[in-house]
Amino acid sequence: MKNYIIRRFLQLIPVIILVSMLSYLIIQAAPGDPIDNYSKPGMTQEQLDAIRQEYNLDGSVVQQYLTWAGHVVKGDFGTSLYQNRPVAELIGERLPATLMLMGSALLLSLIVSIPLGLWAGLKKNKLTDNIIGILSYLGISIPPFWLAMIFIIIFALKLHILPSGGMRTVNVYTNIDVIRHMVMPVIVLSLNNTATFTRYIRSNTISQLEEDYVLTAIAKGTSRPKVLFRHVLKNCLLPIITLAGINIAGLVCGSFVVETVFSWPGIGRLAMDAVNSRDYPIIMGFTMFSCIILLLGNFIADILYAVADPRIRQGMGKTNGR
Amino acid sequence: MADNTYTINQNSFQRTKAVEKQVSADYERGLLKNILRTLTENKLAMFCAVMLFLIVLVSLLAPLSPHDPDAQDFLNKLQPPSAEHWFGTDELGRDYFTRALYGGRISLSVGFLSMLLSTVIGTLIGTTSGYMGGKVDMFLMRFTDIFMSVPSFLLMVVINSLFPPKVYSMVIILGLFEWCQIARITRAETLSLKERDFVLASKHLGVSNIQIMFQHIIPNMSSSIIVAGSLAVARAILTESALSFMGLGVQLPKASWGTMLQGAQVYIMDMPSLAVFPGLFIVMTVFSFNILGDALRNALEPRTLK
Amino acid sequence: MEKILEVKNLKVSYHTYAGEVQSVRGVSFTAREGETLAIVGESGCGKSVTAKTIMGLIATPPGEIKAESSILFEGKDILKQSEKEWQAYRGAKCSMIFQDALASLNPTMTIGKQILENITNHFKMPHRDAEKKAVEMLELVGIPDAVRAMRKYPHELSGGMRQRVMIAIALSGDPKLLIADEPTTALDVTIQAQIMDLMQDIQKKFGTTIILITHDLGVVADVADRIVVMYAGRIMEKGSCDEIFYGHRHPYTWALLNAAPSLDLKKKQKLMSIEGMPPDLIDPPKGCPFAARCPYCMNACVECFPPEYTLEEGHKVSCWLYHPDSGYQDIEFGREAEI
Repeated sequence: MKNYIIRRFLQLIPVIILVSMLSYLIIQAAPGDPIDNYSKPGMTQEQLDAIRQEYNLDGSVVQQYLTWAGHVVKGDFGTSLYQNRPVAELIGERLPATLMLMGSALLLSLIVSIPLGLWAGLKKNKLTDNIIGILSYLGISIPPFWLAMIFIIIFALKLHILPSGGMRTVNVYTNIDVIRHMVMPVIVLSLNNTATFTRYIRSNTISQLEEDYVLTAIAKGTSRPKVLFRHVLKNCLLPIITLAGINIAGLVCGSFVVETVFSWPGIGRLAMDAVNSRDYPIIMGFTMFSCIILLLGNFIADILYAVADPRIRQGMGKTNGR
Repeated sequence: MADNTYTINQNSFQRTKAVEKQVSADYERGLLKNILRTLTENKLAMFCAVMLFLIVLVSLLAPLSPHDPDAQDFLNKLQPPSAEHWFGTDELGRDYFTRALYGGRISLSVGFLSMLLSTVIGTLIGTTSGYMGGKVDMFLMRFTDIFMSVPSFLLMVVINSLFPPKVYSMVIILGLFEWCQIARITRAETLSLKERDFVLASKHLGVSNIQIMFQHIIPNMSSSIIVAGSLAVARAILTESALSFMGLGVQLPKASWGTMLQGAQVYIMDMPSLAVFPGLFIVMTVFSFNILGDALRNALEPRTLK
Repeated sequence: MEKILEVKNLKVSYHTYAGEVQSVRGVSFTAREGETLAIVGESGCGKSVTAKTIMGLIATPPGEIKAESSILFEGKDILKQSEKEWQAYRGAKCSMIFQDALASLNPTMTIGKQILENITNHFKMPHRDAEKKAVEMLELVGIPDAVRAMRKYPHELSGGMRQRVMIAIALSGDPKLLIADEPTTALDVTIQAQIMDLMQDIQKKFGTTIILITHDLGVVADVADRIVVMYAGRIMEKGSCDEIFYGHRHPYTWALLNAAPSLDLKKKQKLMSIEGMPPDLIDPPKGCPFAARCPYCMNACVECFPPEYTLEEGHKVSCWLYHPDSGYQDIEFGREAEI
């Protein structure tokens, strides 16, 4: 088990390095000299050189990258160009809001999709299944930002029952207030995953029901509900752990959009502002950070899966557990 | 036990040779026949095909609209839907329906062209990986794995924010980030196809690897590629609309559905219908591509009879 | 010997997109207490469907058991049972062993729990006693270190051990009838023999009736008391083991036996293969299904499925050759059948 975790963890490192190089390169290739952001008209060459040195803008791209990477390893993502504060601090400040949004959305999609998917799978090709099927197709076809707009129109502008954005009402410090603000962002953010999970659980239920071990269970005289809950359910839901891990990518990207529409004060919003003002250190920091969240999500999902599935748990010492 | 309708006659015990009955079910069908049959059997898929056809058709026929998509009319700005302006007018008094049609041209062509690009890249990488095997396969698949774990949407956001995008650059960026799925699918197919007799036979006849890949393997994966392609169009349209909505995609004066929604955000209080119509177009298009893709997959991958 | 199971005119169909597949088309046979009855036939001949019907494992739809069918278990028609009665019947009165033990065991549940499930379903006893019985069952089927094996998962055992576990599960409800559907097909030859020996030991010990479903005549020869030969959803011939092996009268049985390799093959005989394919059961031929492949085919064979002719007590053949007027009653099957 320990070996597996270590090996799996080491596999993350090349990916992180590659992503950092890729995003660094992209930003470097951007038109315009970043020095323009710091310099004022009429600065002397010496002053400019000093700025270059201070902001790590001198030397070749490789050198710059290595210097930057060296800092990142120490937890220093640089300083924001406009807010004049360390990027790590800015991200750290906003992280709880984003994680709260993502966590609630993931939870909501699991709560909704598991019963729906099982129900549809059990009623394969019946009316219930078809309705759930069409709904889940809609779920993956609706752009989240559009749903967000429609929600705002209906619930905030017409019905006035939910706030249209932000995280708190000014001068109100209750949890209920935060929850009211969370309702729409969480639903919108969870929509895609809910639809994907539902479809996955449905097809998994159907294929598990066709497995021979179900016949064995019935042949023991086990009643149908017991067969479902004792045998099918676990085998059906195990892969969801992996799927949830993979879909963290969707959550990260989704929260970027959702936070923008609902003015949610998370890191997505921070990054969007940075994109608009070309605050490179924040953009870099955000990209790296999202990538790490995403990879850690996958990593944790893999470990959890390995713990939950005896077939992998035992095989882990020897072979690659994936 | 016997069906007692038969009466023994003098010929009954003459030796004879019974003719084997032909297998009654028609198991093998062509690609096109399969698609047509799916559409006739699956009403939802049929509905989606028709809807998609109509959307494409009206987008193509957009110039026939009596309104100019760019003609401004400040006296009639932000009008609600009417007989004259089916979807109303926007903040500059332009006919919103006509603009939605022109937006469809851009959204659809970005989706379609980037799908073509990602399909070509994905098929080439997947087929090479599966066919060559060994180290090439390991390297390419590892590369694909890494690429899949990159938060591509964020990188697209970054790229687009740094290089003000044109329509063609959108196509390229979307294409460059969406090929992984197709590479995986085609690799898996290639692995099974390359063990088939007709491939082995060509190999022994000395046909070059490249020729085998292009003449035998890729054509035989056409159904999987069509399915993956139709799902890729759906994904590309969604991504494009999200990018454009954030102001990082197709930019004015050209407008895709996403760009229109970005504009509508400002007037969401005054004229919510501006936000509704382009979104409906996106949903209908993406929904249709998704349904058609999956319907085709079910039809083209015949499992045991249900 | 008492009749324990009586299958009468069993007809089972599956409804598919391509049409109605008539898997079993009027099958009748009986199993007597304590005997081993083998049902032999090629894959797709309906033998597994017959077995599943006896266990009540046919999903309806897509399956359909025709109304005129009946299966009497100890004189009671089980096809008219309620779901509650089925649950009490499955696993306790009648158990089943499947071909692929790995697929038939729940991969994420310990062996122990899977045996306990059958025990607790049918006996009211304290958990500790149930566990003791489970261990006893594992010991009975020859699993070493049974107490530890209870906590293992199926994938941790070898193929032979898994099949032993399946047998332990099947026996743990003290069934009167054990249906074994190709129990040894997925196993190595040496292990096959061990499993068959085990099943015979169990039969001696408990007097369990065994219905053995197989395509492998080699497995049947040493074990079966009586044999039913099936083809395309119908019974071709049934009789005692000796009658089928040495006194078979149906051309299909003859062809099947000659297609099977055996050690006492005479003078470098070649193995015979049966030309052609079994018929399509969506649209089966109206006559004898074997007619198209039969070297002795007659006009009657094409027109109508033959009635069952009793040759000796218990030896029955469905073949027009044995019609009193056919003139072929004493036919000797030979390699070069003349038409």
